[in-house]
Amino acid sequence: MIELKNVSKTFQTADSPVEAVRDVSLTIERGDIYGIIGLSGAGKSTLVRCINFLERPTAGQVLFQGVDLAGLDRGALARTRKSMSMIFQSFNLLSQRTALRNVCYPLEISKVPRQQAVEKARKLLELVGLTGREGAYPSQLSGGQKQRVAIARALATDPGVLLCDEATSALDPNTTRSILSLLRDINQKLGVTIVVITHEMKVVEQICNKVAVMEAGRIVESGLVREVFLTPKSAVARDLILPKNNAAVQKIDSGPLLRLVFDGQSVFSPMLSNLILECRTPVNILQASTQNIGGKVFGQMILQLPNDSAASARVQAFLTDQKIQYSEEETGDAKQWNDTNPADRAF
Amino acid sequence: MLSSGMIQTLLTGLFETLYMVVVSTAAAYAIGIPVGIVLHVTSENGICRNKLVNKILGAVVNFLRSVPFIVLLVAILPFTRAVVGTTIGSTATIVPLVVAAAPFVARMVESSLKEVDVGVVEAAESMGSSPMQIVWKVLLPEAKPSLIVGSAITITTILGYSAMAGFTGGGGLGAIAINYGYYRYDDQVMLITVLILVVIVQIFQEVGMRIAFKTDKRIKK
Repeated sequence: MIELKNVSKTFQTADSPVEAVRDVSLTIERGDIYGIIGLSGAGKSTLVRCINFLERPTAGQVLFQGVDLAGLDRGALARTRKSMSMIFQSFNLLSQRTALRNVCYPLEISKVPRQQAVEKARKLLELVGLTGREGAYPSQLSGGQKQRVAIARALATDPGVLLCDEATSALDPNTTRSILSLLRDINQKLGVTIVVITHEMKVVEQICNKVAVMEAGRIVESGLVREVFLTPKSAVARDLILPKNNAAVQKIDSGPLLRLVFDGQSVFSPMLSNLILECRTPVNILQASTQNIGGKVFGQMILQLPNDSAASARVQAFLTDQKIQYSEEETGDAKQWNDTNPADRAF
Repeated sequence: MLSSGMIQTLLTGLFETLYMVVVSTAAAYAIGIPVGIVLHVTSENGICRNKLVNKILGAVVNFLRSVPFIVLLVAILPFTRAVVGTTIGSTATIVPLVVAAAPFVARMVESSLKEVDVGVVEAAESMGSSPMQIVWKVLLPEAKPSLIVGSAITITTILGYSAMAGFTGGGGLGAIAINYGYYRYDDQVMLITVLILVVIVQIFQEVGMRIAFKTDKRIKK
């Protein structure tokens, strides 16, 4: 449905050009909920703006339903944008219009007769759960309600694609969850393909089926969410799933770090106590979390082993025996703390 | 106390002042709004970036704004005569008032439009709005409260300018203040004209702010 081919975007700034997106290629299929995740400044927001040409890529192609957007004139691009809506972190509602008239806006500019537009807007507000709030102005709505109005507005032109730029980043966890389940409903009931830009792994876990991980303008890894989650290949992906770079981890300089991945079964068994009993060695849990991906529970944990190669070997043998996936984490960060000059350490 | 003749003069002056101010404000806005819009949309972050147009128009506006009104008033006398056929009276004063106020209005409009959230404009673009639709349905309505506050300021400024026109034979309260108060040392008339001007300014300012507050949906009421 959407195909990016070697897309790059470079901004000319006063001092030097900034390459926000570098040589990105990806394919989003009809019906996907495609997550693009990365830390701040990774180029996600620029990338999503390249999809609807709010930012013109400096190189590469963007194909929407097989049509190269670069070849479209102003009018054709405007029509394409109507089938590719967008919602934003800051909602971007028209502050001087009521909820209902906000939803009417895209219909108005498409010259839909007023009566018909109002009728449709009412239905959409009902769909997003805002019946009774039609006459409210954005200033009278909560963050979650504003995003619901924005979603209703985005759906007014019956788009095939909905682009979400950090749509839940300004919302609290509960509201985030309800907005995400609304997006999933829209994907399932209306068949709208959704692209989700986020810096939060839990957003990807909750609704996406595919994910691309971005770092410094490039996509460093992509695939089905389950696969990326269970066998993250890039350091960024591992970090986003379960960060190890917190201060506590860095200060400890002994012993190797192991990243354990549990699947649905082992999450519930007392693996850790068995490990300690069998290997007769203490371990240190640095980070742990469980996630629910597509109804299955997965967990990740970062363990620190004692600085004793025999004990380490026993632990690794135990894990292999128990068929628990694990990988050795680099302790490079920790080493750096000891090797760098004292000025840094004082920090 | 004032003679009935004086009262009549003051009433005529008041009427002339209001006539000059209202007509020239309307004309200044008729020119200033489009110019302000063009200044905004052609600017660096505008929806129709155009450096050349922006620089040229900006330079013209700055040039007109940098000429002191009293100088402009005299300098464009030939132009005024060409437009209205005379250089004396309140109708003749409207010409320099418009020439001076239009660039001022253009900058006011530009700064009001600049206050509109860029995210909202971006959202409108993402929905496939044309530049005209963005101007009419997004920029102007979103900037409405600020535009109204701006118009109150503009009216007050024009009122001040109109009083100056009394020196070159313009009509209105300013001319009365100058002719009676300044040339004839009639302090009473001077004081009364000043008081009337103060009241007019207060009314325009207060009404403008109230309308702006009433129309602004960003404020919870």
